[in-house]
Amino acid sequence: MNLMIEKIPELLNATILTIQLTLFSLIVGIFLGLFFAILRLNKNKVVSGFSYYYSFIFRGTPLLVQLFIIYFGLAQLEFIRESFLWTVLKKPFWCAIIAFALNTGAYTAEIFRSGFEKVDKQLIDAAKSLGMSKYNTFYKIILPVGLKRSIPAYGNEMILMLKGTSLASTVTLIDLTGAAKYIISTHFNPVEVFIFTGSIYLFFTFLIHNFIKFIEKKTNYIYKT
Amino acid sequence: MRMLNKTLISFIALFFLLIGNSYSDNIKIGTEGAYPPWNAKDASGKLIGFEVDLAFELCKIMGHSCSIVEQDWDGMIPALQSGKFDAIMAGMSITDERKKKINFSQGYADEVASFAVVKGSKIKPRTVKSINLNEIDSADQKTLDALKKAFEGKIIGVQTGTIHQNFLKSGQIGKVNVWTYKTQDEVNLDLAAGRIDAALAAAVAFEDYNSKAGNVLNLVGPTFSGGTFGSGVGVGIRKNDSQLLNDFNSSIDTARKKGIIKKLAIKHFGFDASM
Repeated sequence: MNLMIEKIPELLNATILTIQLTLFSLIVGIFLGLFFAILRLNKNKVVSGFSYYYSFIFRGTPLLVQLFIIYFGLAQLEFIRESFLWTVLKKPFWCAIIAFALNTGAYTAEIFRSGFEKVDKQLIDAAKSLGMSKYNTFYKIILPVGLKRSIPAYGNEMILMLKGTSLASTVTLIDLTGAAKYIISTHFNPVEVFIFTGSIYLFFTFLIHNFIKFIEKKTNYIYKT
Repeated sequence: MRMLNKTLISFIALFFLLIGNSYSDNIKIGTEGAYPPWNAKDASGKLIGFEVDLAFELCKIMGHSCSIVEQDWDGMIPALQSGKFDAIMAGMSITDERKKKINFSQGYADEVASFAVVKGSKIKPRTVKSINLNEIDSADQKTLDALKKAFEGKIIGVQTGTIHQNFLKSGQIGKVNVWTYKTQDEVNLDLAAGRIDAALAAAVAFEDYNSKAGNVLNLVGPTFSGGTFGSGVGVGIRKNDSQLLNDFNSSIDTARKKGIIKKLAIKHFGFDASM
C-alpha cells in the first residue's frame, strides 16, 4: 500500500499521456469518420468503395497489428526513412496517434453512416415536398438528425478508444498501462498496481459516460421519437 | 451413439491430460524465448538457446523430468510466484531488488552489458575496456564521464524491467532519455531504424543480432558488470521452495565440474561465459 501511495505521482503523470492520446485520436478520428461516412453516401462507386474498404480494413484487423505496421513496419522501409515522413514517423507519439485515429475513424464512419441511414424517410419526403435541394436536405436534415442518433454509439467508441490507448505502451510510450507495467517489472506486485490503474481507467470511462448522457439530453430537442 | 462415445472419451482423455500435467512431479522452467543467444525460438517455434540446453542438462543431473514454459519478460517474476512454473532460467541477473521477492541459485553464467549504436553513428566513445561498477578507479571514472558527455540528452533504448534499464535510471550515466521496449528484438529494430541513438543490453545480444542482420551495429564504450548489473545469471526460484533451490545448486556444481556449462557456453556464445 505504501508503495502505491509513493507511485501515485508516476501513474498520474502517465495518465496525462493517456488523456492526450485519447483526445488527439478522437478529434482526428471524428473528422475522418465524418468524411468517410459522407463519402459512403456518394453515388460514385469508386468513391463509396474507397470509404467501404477503408472501414473494412481498419475494422477487420487488430489495432495492435495496425500500430506495429505503422511503427515497426514502416521503419523498415529505406525510402520512408529518407523521406520527410520520417520526421513524423520517427516519433512514437505520432505513430500511435496515426494508428489510433485511423482505427477509431473507421468505426466512427460506420457509426455515422448507420446514423444517416436511420433518418426517417418521412422527414426526407417532407423536405422534398418543401422543395429543399439535395444539398440542403443533407446538411439541414440528414446530418443533424443522423449525428444526434449516433451519439450513444459514439460514446461507446470513445470508451473503446480510451482503453485502446493502452497499446501505446508497446511502442515505448509511458502511458498509464506502460507506467503500471514498469512499476510491476521493478516491484513485482501486479495485483495492487493493476487494480489502481484499472480504477483510473474506470474513472475516465465514468466521465465519458456522463458527458455522453449530458450531450444526449442537450440535443434531444432536435427530434423526438 | 458411437460418435458420442468417441467425443466423450476424447474429452475425458483431454481432461486427464490437463489434470495429469499439473500434478506430476515434472519441473516447469520459465524462459522468455526472445533473448538470443540466452534463450530464443527457432523458425518452427521451438525454444532453443543456451539456457534451454542447460535446463535439460541440469534436469538430467537432478533426475527429474522437465518442461520449458514460455513467458513474457515483464511478467516473469509474478508468473513464478503464482505457480505458472517452478524456476526461471531467462538470462535473469541476480540483483538485490529481485532477491527481495525470489531466491536465486548460484550463478551459472556471467553477462556483461554494453552500449550499441548503429554503424555510422556520431557517437564514438573511444574506450574499449571493461568496468566493474563495484570497484571504480579514477581511470574508470574518466571513461564514465566521457560516456556521460557523449550520451547527454540522447535517446537510449532498453528492454523493460531489466538491469540495463535500472542502470540508465540510476543516473550513473547522466541524464539520458530512456525508451523501453517489451523485447530485445524491438530494441534492435528501432536501433537499426535510427529511431534511438543507442541501446544498452547484454553484449552477446547485440552480437547475435549483428550475425543475423549483417553487422549493422557497433558496440561502443566499455563493457559493464557489477553494481546495478548484479552478480551473474542464476536460476530464480520461489522463496519457500528450498528443496528445489538445493537441487539446482548441486546440479549446477556437477554440471560445472563436468564442463557441461562451459561446453554449452562456447557453443552458444562463442566464448566461455560460465561461472
